[in-house]
Amino acid sequence: MPANRFNSFTDYGVGIGLRIPHYQHILSRHPVVDWFEIISENYMVDGGRPLEVLDQILEQYKVVQHGVSMYFGSADPLSREHLKRLKQLVRRTKTPWLSDHLCWGSVDGRYTHDLLPMPYTWEAVEVTAQKIRQVQDFTEVPVVVENVSSYAEFHASEMTEWEFLNEVVERADCGILLDVNNIYVSSKNHSFDPFTYVNSVPAHRVAQIHIAGHSKFEKYILDTHDHPVLPAVWRLYARAIERCGPTATLLEWDDNIPTFEEVHAEALKATKFLKAAAEAAPNTATAAVQAAATTLLEPAGAAR
Amino acid sequence: MSEPASQLLDIQRRMAAAVMHPLTRSETMPRRRHDGASNLREADAIIRPNDRLTSFERLEIYNRQYWYRLYTCFEEDFPGLQAILGRAKFDALMRAYLTDCPSESFSLRNLGSRLEAWLDQHPEHLGPKPMLARDMVRLEWAHIEAFDSEERPRLSAEALAAIDENSTLRLQPYLRVLALSWPVDDLLLQVRTENGSSASSTNNASTSRKRRHVRHVAALAPRPIHLAVHRHENSVWYKPLSPEEFGLLSALIAGKTLGDAIDVALTTSSLPEDQRPAFLQEVFATWAMLGWFTT
Repeated sequence: MPANRFNSFTDYGVGIGLRIPHYQHILSRHPVVDWFEIISENYMVDGGRPLEVLDQILEQYKVVQHGVSMYFGSADPLSREHLKRLKQLVRRTKTPWLSDHLCWGSVDGRYTHDLLPMPYTWEAVEVTAQKIRQVQDFTEVPVVVENVSSYAEFHASEMTEWEFLNEVVERADCGILLDVNNIYVSSKNHSFDPFTYVNSVPAHRVAQIHIAGHSKFEKYILDTHDHPVLPAVWRLYARAIERCGPTATLLEWDDNIPTFEEVHAEALKATKFLKAAAEAAPNTATAAVQAAATTLLEPAGAAR
Repeated sequence: MSEPASQLLDIQRRMAAAVMHPLTRSETMPRRRHDGASNLREADAIIRPNDRLTSFERLEIYNRQYWYRLYTCFEEDFPGLQAILGRAKFDALMRAYLTDCPSESFSLRNLGSRLEAWLDQHPEHLGPKPMLARDMVRLEWAHIEAFDSEERPRLSAEALAAIDENSTLRLQPYLRVLALSWPVDDLLLQVRTENGSSASSTNNASTSRKRRHVRHVAALAPRPIHLAVHRHENSVWYKPLSPEEFGLLSALIAGKTLGDAIDVALTTSSLPEDQRPAFLQEVFATWAMLGWFTT
């Protein structure tokens, strides 16, 4: 299940996001890390230190590209310049798959640099799926789309978010980067059961999973990536692994970034779930992952 | 604006208009936009409320995110300008510039690309020492360009030995030369050292605007300087240039032949005739060593 055509039949383990404050540690200490995820846009430049660091990382580690501004859901056409630079980077990194978000963020050539939520309409399904196919065709690597955290819903929506995701990935024939933290954040902001979402995703299309921390406010939750993963998100992760099998997993930590060791240790908590799922016979996988979750989450509470 | 071709485009235009509209001074979403449009009405029209937040409040989350992200990026790119103007004037400039010149690039790296030209049209934002502020903007943008522009293969020693007065020399795309009225290079180095830098794109949300330490400039006197802003071993350097070096490099960058560039650079020079051959030999050797000549 985890090695599928959407992640080029790879079997990656637990990775972390490559971030500037950790450059020196990684390049001087060469820590053992399964893989790094890079933000593509930070390396879509013509030269200089970003590419020098990336090349050094590529000599020693597996790297997967994650984009933040392709905006599959924007009504605007794709930027040729963006595509060209993205493909150059794909050739450099040899990323086995390429991810970006199921969102929009630009209109009439102006960029918000945010991951804005989609109106879940049939028109948006068509536009989004078509653009994912265009990116896939142009870059010649599997594209996987990530569900985003959201703080608003549209009157115009004609379906749920997970129905929208499923329609898009079926029509685009692409993979999914399932962000269980984003599902949790959105479930609290929009009052739905996050397990309904996880249970509705086509498991055979899940190429990668994101985990992260978030911040709770009085009336909503914000996807801040500045905390350890919270127990409720680990429980969702456990359920996702039950359904999808041991899938490439990445911890995102983008703000108030602690030491490399701290970030890596947090990410490696996922290993327990992955091992349990990998070692269990198919008919006992559920129990094995739930047992792993219980161990990790005690005393916060047992896995669902 | 022509009639929207689709519901999706209509929603995205309407939401973007609200999200990209400047915040109030207390960093909230204004109820009414500068053009008179009601954000309350627009929010109600496109966004569903929930049991905790009104449509307006949900839209406001994105309005704030947009500006926090841009402010943080702009402040990282122009810390020297902020040091010169002080926080209040810098904030006003930043808000006005980003309102007039929203990002038109997939990369936040290009956010300040139109600042110098915009300031030509809006000198009221340059503060009490407009030349100082303008010089800093030019240096800070040159720094950004030098940091990650292309580095082409160096011209070989054989190719360099073969050049004559009719040759056209290409210089590295990362090289920028500046004639400035104020010695802003030392100031910017101090400011950047104090602030550090971590500019990059991420996909997380911000709970607030990230404010940086602002170092105000107390006493700095004008002094004309010439600089080469370049990259060596992937660090950006500011190399002082003589007026003759600046003239020569500027002419070469403009595409003049070596002979014409030398003529232009030395026409008004006070450098004695008998010292000019040695001067030229020395500067070309230095620039070749730095790898500035390229294929």
